[in-house]
Amino acid sequence: MFIAVLLAAQLCSAALPEKEELKFGFIKLTDCAALVIAKELGYFEEEGLFVTLEAQANWKILLDRVISGELDGAHMLAGQPIGATIGIGTQADVITPFSMDLNGNAITVSNAIWEKMKRVDPSLATAKPKHPITAKSLKPIVEEANQKGDPLKMAMVFPVSTHNYQLRYWLAAAGISPGFYTAADATGTTDADVLLSVTPPPQMPATLDQGTIQGYAVGEPWNQQAVFKKIGVPVVTSYEIWKNNPEKVFGITRAWAEKNPNTAIAVTKALIRAGKWLDASPENRNKAVEILSKSEYVGADKAVIAASMTGTFEYAPGDKRELPDFNVFFRHDATYPFYSDAVWFLTQMRRWGQIGENKPDAWYHEIAKRVYRPDIYRKAAEALVVEGHLAATEVPKTDGFKTPDSGFIDGIVYDGRKPNDYLSRFAIGSQGKTAVSAAR
Amino acid sequence: MSSETPALVSGKARMSRTAIRTAEGLGLEILVPAIRLATGEEPRAQLKDLLRSVGVPIVSILAFLGLWASLAASVETSIGSLPGPSEVWVAAKSLVAEHFVERQKEVEFQARMEILKAKWEAEGKPWTERKYSGKPTYFDQIWTSLQTVFAGFLVASLIAVPLGILCGLSRTMNAAFSPLIQIFKPVSPLAWLPIVMILVSGLYTSEDPFFEKSFISSALTVSLCSLWPTLVNTALGVASVDQDHLNVARVLRLPWTTRVMKIVVPSALPLIFTGLRLSLGVGWMVLIAAEMLAQNPGLGKFVWDMFQNGSSQTLAQIMVAVFTIGLIGFFLDRVMVVLQRAVSFDGASGA
Repeated sequence: MFIAVLLAAQLCSAALPEKEELKFGFIKLTDCAALVIAKELGYFEEEGLFVTLEAQANWKILLDRVISGELDGAHMLAGQPIGATIGIGTQADVITPFSMDLNGNAITVSNAIWEKMKRVDPSLATAKPKHPITAKSLKPIVEEANQKGDPLKMAMVFPVSTHNYQLRYWLAAAGISPGFYTAADATGTTDADVLLSVTPPPQMPATLDQGTIQGYAVGEPWNQQAVFKKIGVPVVTSYEIWKNNPEKVFGITRAWAEKNPNTAIAVTKALIRAGKWLDASPENRNKAVEILSKSEYVGADKAVIAASMTGTFEYAPGDKRELPDFNVFFRHDATYPFYSDAVWFLTQMRRWGQIGENKPDAWYHEIAKRVYRPDIYRKAAEALVVEGHLAATEVPKTDGFKTPDSGFIDGIVYDGRKPNDYLSRFAIGSQGKTAVSAAR
Repeated sequence: MSSETPALVSGKARMSRTAIRTAEGLGLEILVPAIRLATGEEPRAQLKDLLRSVGVPIVSILAFLGLWASLAASVETSIGSLPGPSEVWVAAKSLVAEHFVERQKEVEFQARMEILKAKWEAEGKPWTERKYSGKPTYFDQIWTSLQTVFAGFLVASLIAVPLGILCGLSRTMNAAFSPLIQIFKPVSPLAWLPIVMILVSGLYTSEDPFFEKSFISSALTVSLCSLWPTLVNTALGVASVDQDHLNVARVLRLPWTTRVMKIVVPSALPLIFTGLRLSLGVGWMVLIAAEMLAQNPGLGKFVWDMFQNGSSQTLAQIMVAVFTIGLIGFFLDRVMVVLQRAVSFDGASGA
């Protein structure tokens, strides 16, 4: 009897979030969809949460405002909670209970560079060139530019962004050094063949158009925007660099999650439902495009958003291809916060020098477990199973590590359990005791 | 103002003079010829005045619109051609329409809450009121901007006026503050803002803040930039108080506070208000930049968000904001002119 009362009280308290009025930040990208859908379809409200969504100017401001408490949580780059936890840029304990999507980025080069790439590799000069396109055809252009003393400039969205690591991965896979971060060089251009810099996603097309940069790595709709405005050509999608790569996460501070444990679970529940809805049918994707094109969310024209959200990708005007996994919100266990995903980002931070010294495998795993919080995800998912919103089979059965992954553009296999072994396979990148080892 | 013929002062003329003074006091000189015309005072001269004060501006505005409409379509940008007046008008109407849609959603939300409240009360659970959490509409943004600019302006004035009086009264104080004023006056809001933001987020740490941090940082940035015109003008106004008045005060052995409040401040008021008017103008300009960067809800953030959208509507929506910002700036200036007139003894025209 006593236990039953206790249980009932517990159930009751689980249903009541500690904080009801929440403000979440997002960047105008289509992969903020789970947040927007959870709000617009009333999933937050069903959990007793009253959420305001606020577009942020850039990733730095977004992270700072989550840390300062102005925002309760936000759509974040997967590298942000990890970077903040180990003190790259800002030091703060930020965690994630929910992964927002897989894939969804691409690398776009200016029309001028694309013309040169076609001259280097004539097989690209067709109406429908074969994908994935590697950076091999870019290499002679990079070398020529460096000889002229005017190196190529490309932009990514943030030092700890997936885009930064994907762009570096793509360049390095073809023997082009994207540069290293060192204690003295926070811009990451030491020993660089191509100079990378930070530009907020929505400004990418304008910056490319002005000629300040010759290429960029960004999420949607900003690659499709370049195609629509005829200012650039997306040469490779992140799906082609690493199949089903983890992308954005939902980030909150650890202090916030400890103070509002029920709220954290309630938010995660609403987000899981939104993710499931987004992947449930093409009709839902079309509805999502409609909602995301509103000026207070992504705000770009419907046709631009639809180009990537509905399972196709337009590489060049008229060159539209089926890419059903370009944006994944729920399939392939997309919403589960895998430790192995966190470890991959940590290996790239080490590879490019953001982590300045050699660390044992155990360190990688400890940080991953501190930042990625499947415990919160599990509580949310199990509650959804009880409520009938989720099938028990839809909750991943895992110890947090994916099986070794061979879906990379350079064929190197990634096993999250052995980060140092993985790092030792790269020709360009720091590893072991060496601080920086650019292959010159 | 225009010359007055010292003709027979009839009751009608007196009435007209009152109306004119009221109009001038409200900063609506534009109506003066119309009032004179209505009372039949020199019809031809008044008609000419009216044509100049009303007709010419209308013609110039129409010419501007015409030029804009004809040139806009030929300016191609990467997100379509530059919108003309009609596209901007459509965008303005859609922003107004969005406002009402959002308000309707709020009504629906409240209705849902009423149902939930009844349910909770039936279950014996305690109910607390919930605020609607929809997007801020265009009018909400304008309202936030106005609040922020006035908060910043108030803080600036509370510092600048007393400090200006001190500087005006004492040569020593003036010498002490002058170099600091000269150095800080030309600093752009964009330089102040990051400092203010970091300070605010470091120092303003309350569990349940009454003001949003972003509000405080943009308001303080406005203060830092709009401080200077008031400070400089107040100091000048106080320093140029008639020496005879001060001598009289000294002979009467008036205490310092009385001297300041009864003699110095009243005679410096016109210049103090000139400073305040300039300050408010500067503050309004600074605010838009501050909101863009601090991401404080308001017109600046609206402009930034629309720019980030990069949709076919972007340019038209930003232009609506440009006109709104201009009109509000104009209105604020008028308000200050009215206040300035109200406190000036000589009815000095500030325009």
